[in-house]
Amino acid sequence: MEKFNTIISPAVPLSTENVDTDQIIPARFLKATTRDGFGDNLFRDWRFDKDDNPITSFCLEDSNYSGAIMVAGKNFGCGSSREHAAWAIHDYGFKVVICSAFADIFNNNALNNGLLPVTVSPEFLTKLFSAIENDNNATFKVDLENQFVEITTTGEKESFEINGYRKECLINGYDNVDFLISQKDNIAEYEANRA
Amino acid sequence: MGKTLFDKIYDNHVVSSIPDGPDVFYIDVQYIHEVTSPQAFTGLRERGLKVARPKQICATADHNVPTENQHLPISNDLSRHQVSTLVKNCDEFGIELYGMEHPFQGIVHVVGPELGVSQPGMTMVCGDSHTSTHGAFGAIAFGVGTSEVEQVMASQCLLQQRSKTMRVTVDGEIGKGVTAKDIVLYVISKVTAAGGTGYFIEFAGSAFTDLTMEGRMTVCNMSIEMGARGGLIAPDQTTFDYVEGRDFAPKGAEWDKKLAEWKTLKSDDDAIFDKEYKFDAANIEPMITYGTNPGMGVGITEKVPSANDIGAKSIKEIESFDKALDYMDFNVGETMMGKKVDYVFVGSCTNARIEDFREVAQIVKGRQKADNVIAWLVPGSKQVEKQIQDEGLAEIIEAAGFKIRQPGCSACLAMNDDKVPSGAYCVSTSNRNFEGRQGPGARTMLASPMTAAATAIAGVIANPADLI
Repeated sequence: MEKFNTIISPAVPLSTENVDTDQIIPARFLKATTRDGFGDNLFRDWRFDKDDNPITSFCLEDSNYSGAIMVAGKNFGCGSSREHAAWAIHDYGFKVVICSAFADIFNNNALNNGLLPVTVSPEFLTKLFSAIENDNNATFKVDLENQFVEITTTGEKESFEINGYRKECLINGYDNVDFLISQKDNIAEYEANRA
Repeated sequence: MGKTLFDKIYDNHVVSSIPDGPDVFYIDVQYIHEVTSPQAFTGLRERGLKVARPKQICATADHNVPTENQHLPISNDLSRHQVSTLVKNCDEFGIELYGMEHPFQGIVHVVGPELGVSQPGMTMVCGDSHTSTHGAFGAIAFGVGTSEVEQVMASQCLLQQRSKTMRVTVDGEIGKGVTAKDIVLYVISKVTAAGGTGYFIEFAGSAFTDLTMEGRMTVCNMSIEMGARGGLIAPDQTTFDYVEGRDFAPKGAEWDKKLAEWKTLKSDDDAIFDKEYKFDAANIEPMITYGTNPGMGVGITEKVPSANDIGAKSIKEIESFDKALDYMDFNVGETMMGKKVDYVFVGSCTNARIEDFREVAQIVKGRQKADNVIAWLVPGSKQVEKQIQDEGLAEIIEAAGFKIRQPGCSACLAMNDDKVPSGAYCVSTSNRNFEGRQGPGARTMLASPMTAAATAIAGVIANPADLI
């Protein structure tokens, strides 16, 4: 997994709440057997109309917005467990999604792919949306090491929680499979004790 | 202090705990299907690993399979490739597969329980959010992503953080035409689509314990629609009677030993849950959704509510509510009953078990399907399909002008040929009414099999209580 460094970037605002993974990547695009190329179809039906013309009122097709950070409405990533949603967001170029509450499975899927889900308070989320609304070039700093998000134009900051193990994995690009394989003997012992 | 059932099962499966990190959590059974497993197998191959415990994996093909002419090759190239990749992967890694031609094939969450693979006290995962279904047996079962599928394949364990616990208690008399689906849609409408995030839910009270196993599976299946990791119901005689004698159920002395263990699986009286909800079953009528998440549900005799009625406060909440109504082309204050419907779908891992088809037969018997409705009735598995024939339900259903299709996920998720066209309205027994879930632009209204059947007869949204 790619190592995660501090990100300073403008952000793309997607204020809709309860964005489900069927919107992030519709099921008809899940027929691939590899992890690549899902970014092209990220939010397919919100980005393009029936004739494949871009819908410029949607944030990803609105030329005012760009950046490696997505700021999203509450309960982002709900619904299907498809990891393709995290792959699509990462493949498109996002490194961070900020929200006031993530769906559990999406949160894990993001962490397993070097995409940082940052949970902030509803009040701070509103400030982030306002900052983008006031200046679409405003930049935001996401510092994983020190666990905070900063609105660089105003200096306003909020810290965020992340499990220590998960943080180590992201910063160093460690992989859970390697760790679990190293636990082979413990697992075999557990099985023997249960039998 | 006492322990919850969730915590008891969880504690039994902790191999070790990482300081300031997740637990190494043992998984008894992993279910796999063709959509979320290929990249996990590729990962193993790239690392030069084998599947650690192939006998603890149960595989079937469901999402991509057509529901007609299953004897022919799948016409869509990508779907056919995905299904054949599963066949190759299972073969290479020594996993038993209930594939297209197998008499056990079906939707993974229908197949596991009916084979007796899902049992009380177990931990089960699958790369599918509706794995929560198996919690009906008094087990911890939840959906995972493909990276986690690979972790379990490689080690039979998962790195897991303990969820908080919630108890939802529903007591009281169940009304006419009210089924498991209505109870759970009612609960979701109260708890909201995000209200369960971070929790594992125990369903308690007579409204749940009176249900059959099929009904309990419907309830636990939908727990993810509240955002919960999963849901479970303490096992009791109903559970034991269901499991006993099935293909993979313990037999003989092993059965007696397991049964004694399973009888201890309940929350202690003094266990404390992080959150509790209590509802009165008498307030529940057949339910239907009007919006684009499963929390947007009302009683079938009610009207489309306003954002204010459902307690939306912030501008973002109100905007999201308006966007949903706009997508559905519904207006605040409109009556749900009598609304025009184009499609009716009975199927999916939520409602494609034998009991669901018994309920459909009960409603349509001696009646005729409305001409304006296209109805898809899709059994959850080959075994359910056979049972529909054996019990004589097919005869009743076909006499009413319906056709029974072949098993698969079908119109639940627009991944195979069964798609609802843009703008069309579908009353569906599936689990999600998200935008485009049943096809780009399709408008889904979630309901029970009885409501779906009543609607197919009336040609408009109808209350099954009026037909019983």
